[in-house]
Amino acid sequence: MSRLYPVLKYGAILGWSAFVVAPFLWALTTSFKTINGVTSGPRYLPWLQYEPSLQGWTSLFGGTGGIDIVQPYMDSIVVTLGASAISIVLGTLAAYGLSRFKYQLGFVKNSDIVFFFVSQRIMPPVVLAIPFFLMLQFLGLLDSALGLIIVYVALLLPIAVWVMVDFFNNVPRQLDEMAMLDGCTPLRGFVLVVLPNSLPGIIVAALFCVIFGWNDFFFAFTLTFTQTQLLPVAIVALNSSVTPWWTLSASALISVTPLVIIAVLVERFLSRGHLAGAIR
Amino acid sequence: MALIADHLTLEVDRVPHLDGLSFTLERGRLHTLIGRTLAGKTTLLRAIAGLERIDRGSLDLDGESFLARPVWERDVAMVYEQFINYPHLSVLDNVAFPLRRRGLSADAARERARTVLERVSLVGFEKRRPSQLSGGQQQRVALARALARGADVLLLDEPLANLDYKLREQMREELRGLFSDQGGSIVLYTTTEPAEAMVLGDVVLVMHEGRMLQMGPPDEVFDRPATTTVAGIVNDPPMNIVDAAIEDGLIRLGGGRSLPLPMHMRGLPPGNYRFGLRANELKLGSTDDAVGTVTFSEVSGSETFIHVDTGFGPLVIQIEGVHRFALDAAVPVAIDQERLFAFDPNDRLVAAP
Repeated sequence: MSRLYPVLKYGAILGWSAFVVAPFLWALTTSFKTINGVTSGPRYLPWLQYEPSLQGWTSLFGGTGGIDIVQPYMDSIVVTLGASAISIVLGTLAAYGLSRFKYQLGFVKNSDIVFFFVSQRIMPPVVLAIPFFLMLQFLGLLDSALGLIIVYVALLLPIAVWVMVDFFNNVPRQLDEMAMLDGCTPLRGFVLVVLPNSLPGIIVAALFCVIFGWNDFFFAFTLTFTQTQLLPVAIVALNSSVTPWWTLSASALISVTPLVIIAVLVERFLSRGHLAGAIR
Repeated sequence: MALIADHLTLEVDRVPHLDGLSFTLERGRLHTLIGRTLAGKTTLLRAIAGLERIDRGSLDLDGESFLARPVWERDVAMVYEQFINYPHLSVLDNVAFPLRRRGLSADAARERARTVLERVSLVGFEKRRPSQLSGGQQQRVALARALARGADVLLLDEPLANLDYKLREQMREELRGLFSDQGGSIVLYTTTEPAEAMVLGDVVLVMHEGRMLQMGPPDEVFDRPATTTVAGIVNDPPMNIVDAAIEDGLIRLGGGRSLPLPMHMRGLPPGNYRFGLRANELKLGSTDDAVGTVTFSEVSGSETFIHVDTGFGPLVIQIEGVHRFALDAAVPVAIDQERLFAFDPNDRLVAAP
């Protein structure tokens, strides 16, 4: 039986990997097919089974059956980065306060405040659809990047707080104390000593914020119409009676690419080893 | 310049961790604070640094209240028992950090840091990160950072406790040299080991359960311990204490044994007393002497510690060399009455050799 175990183990890993990678492969091959090639049956090997063509990719810039992907792309970048940056800054400061200082208002303690933040993510997003719509309408910010940024901050801030509170709780307090002894006020100590040692945590929080922000469809759909269109909405809009599969595949791939690149670049920061050497 | 504490009290859930401590620490002197674990030494150091709040009492440096100032405004440098360095900075920048906070330029700070690193024998390590150093080296970086700015008050909390034995001995020697140059600062050094306190300190403070039991030069504390508790703390192994009485010009131990009254006790009135004798001043005697039954025997280094039960109480004897003793063996115990201390029934010293 133990001889069988590695086979089972690797078989399962390979099987699951294939399951996860298959859609990407499908999209990849489809994006290089011609209009006819898409509907002519399952062919997956380029040059052997079908003639590859760049039509899917050129259609992203306004060709036949295509969309202009550049504008939604830019809008998505602006909104995601803007909301993530604000969430990280505010969230990190809040998390540091919650980690280091003791708050008490009646029976509400630190842990309650943290739970309040985190519990925002438990709520089904649809509950917030109408309130946010009305709020943005009142402010005249419907269908605008700024309006979306504000809404996304409300959604991403809990993630930032959640990740960073946990992280700060694992940064030894003695570092804060040593900074104070060396003449730093708590704020200076935070900026000069704690923050530089919190890079792994900030990167994880930033990663989560960017991923959730970039992928959000629901609020982008509900709160925008024509002037500001985010990438997920633009792609879904391609669905019609005659769906341009090649364009769809190409746009899906191109919308995933930034996240994949970021994740690969950031992976090496995701270890806790950076705190070794502070305290033995 | 002096740091004067008056009735410092710190309570946690009504239990005093610092119980009315009053003392004066003077500039230019190395004060060692000795006490058992949980005596309150670390709490006291943290209170002086400002990391713990005081419930009652005052703490003044040169007449100005220390307690009114937050941590970062007190000029206090501290070396922790668990040595701590800034992991994101190089060794040089670690030592330069407090100097930069004081307004020195980057270059001036680094220059001074280099000088201090030389004094702790860490030349050549300036560019490394603390995580790349051994324990002893990391502690030296922490030490250098504390020394670099010549702070008013320098606190060291058992700085050698986490180093191995040989390294501890070596660094003790180095520390003595380092501190003699610290003319401007008030230095307070904590330890649990009597040997360290006696060797390093100009002034020894003995602390127990949040209270200061005795304060004075090492000789005085060692030769004239104010109470049996002090005698237990400043001797390793703790001084043997036996309850007995002085009667008819003799010391009457239990179990029918008596000893002649030594010179230094001639003035004491008859009555009940507690007598102290150091473990290494007890000897294995001849057949005339009191007999003790071995309850435990331990070899440590080049000495042997024998725990015996006698007719007048348990004793610990320290003898040179490595010897084996069987459990329940009978050994003769020779007590030299000239080396006895006498304490009254309230544990206060009344006579010392």
